[in-house]
Amino acid sequence: MADKTPLFDAHLDAGGKMVDFAGWMMPVNYGSQIEEHTAVRSDAGMFDVSHMTIVDIDGPDAQGFLRKVIANDVAVLEENQALYSAALNAHGGILDDLIVYRLAKGYRCVVNASTREKMLDWFEGQAMVNMRIEHKPQVMLAIQGPAAIDKLLVATDLESLDIKPFYAATHGDWLIGRTGYTGEDGVEVMLPAEQGIDLWHNLLQAGVKPAGLGARDTLRLEAGLNLYGQDMDETKSPLVSNIGWTVAWEPAERAFIGRYALQQEREAVSHRLTGIVLEDKGILRHDQPVQTDAGPGLVTSGTYSPTLQRSIGLVRVPVDAGEHCTVEIRGAAKKARLVKPPFVRKGKILVN
Amino acid sequence: MSDIPAELKYAATHEWARLEEDGTVTVGISDHAQSALGDVVYIEAPEMGLTVAAQDEAGVVESVKAASDIYAPVGGTVCAVNEALTDSPEIVNQDPYGDGWFFKLTPTDPADLVELLDAEGYAEVCADED
Repeated sequence: MADKTPLFDAHLDAGGKMVDFAGWMMPVNYGSQIEEHTAVRSDAGMFDVSHMTIVDIDGPDAQGFLRKVIANDVAVLEENQALYSAALNAHGGILDDLIVYRLAKGYRCVVNASTREKMLDWFEGQAMVNMRIEHKPQVMLAIQGPAAIDKLLVATDLESLDIKPFYAATHGDWLIGRTGYTGEDGVEVMLPAEQGIDLWHNLLQAGVKPAGLGARDTLRLEAGLNLYGQDMDETKSPLVSNIGWTVAWEPAERAFIGRYALQQEREAVSHRLTGIVLEDKGILRHDQPVQTDAGPGLVTSGTYSPTLQRSIGLVRVPVDAGEHCTVEIRGAAKKARLVKPPFVRKGKILVN
Repeated sequence: MSDIPAELKYAATHEWARLEEDGTVTVGISDHAQSALGDVVYIEAPEMGLTVAAQDEAGVVESVKAASDIYAPVGGTVCAVNEALTDSPEIVNQDPYGDGWFFKLTPTDPADLVELLDAEGYAEVCADED
């Protein structure tokens, strides 16, 4: 039996079509995925992301622990600042991607729902002596879109929201991060369950449109953001997953797990993950084969882009691949073009 | 509860079929199917003149979410395709039993329609999936 978030009934009330996602009953849409997508690009939408795994880590060894288990370096973080990183295995393969917040007391990590058991076990196994790891289920709401902050202020007792991108602030029991997975401005709010249900209803009143996992996927893909398990997994490193920028090589003496393997790979990186736009008719999908002038590649994510009104995707190709390529869709070679993601940011189309 | 018109015949794979007065069979996907797929964004229609047996693949419908094969409910030869769907695939969501039809077949044997489900039988198929 799949788990339910505290907002399960609220989703049903809003007409959510519920599906099992990584062991959670979650809304895939509330009628039209495209309308929900457009609401986030042009106004404001909200996503229940309470299925994600919130892990608080504190104690004198917390920083040393995180500097070992993730490839980015938390030592650079100021209080209330966040960073995006991968956690690697010894071979440099990606175990998960996560956001880490530096809080007044310790750190908060948000890891994927689909990797919960694996990551909690991995953290426990790597734990140092003087630290505590606490899995802390809460409601987590992502409120995203150009009008998201204005509507959040209407829906709450917040008078203003002065948080820079990739920073957070506390408000009573809430942690509000200026983060998201859509390419639009917005926040992700983590808060106790009862307050989360109230916030959902107040946001509805303020005109924020509920958006499901379907819209979340098309929005993140337009924003050029990876989905763990699809665009990257334990057999792929950050260097071939378009997130090489999250690897903190300096200071050289910081021995994070996977560093040695990554250093070897860095000398001759074979592939890159980039964007792809389909020129012919059809829809790109995960696992479709691609032919480039430098050899074969594979579509890792593909969909119909409501903003571009054509099919886009992410693709892993040889590093030297040129712009023009073909994708095999049901046996036919369709013309496509490699482009640099993101496809859309803050409502604007960035690719031709 | 989805709309299942009593006058149509259905395949368990969610196509509907209607025998027209001119002897051709019009084929589309059910309201249940369009709802399960979500926003339809691309249709790959069969070629005109293609001859298919019952349950052969005869096109693809893609929503934002996923691709799904369309199967011929009865055997026959494709004699018309709905070209309006090329530029406006959303018609499938808006009017699955009307303007959202996919193609027409000249059936090999019109009696094959008898093999298909009636509305009641198809409603059971849908109920089992929910």
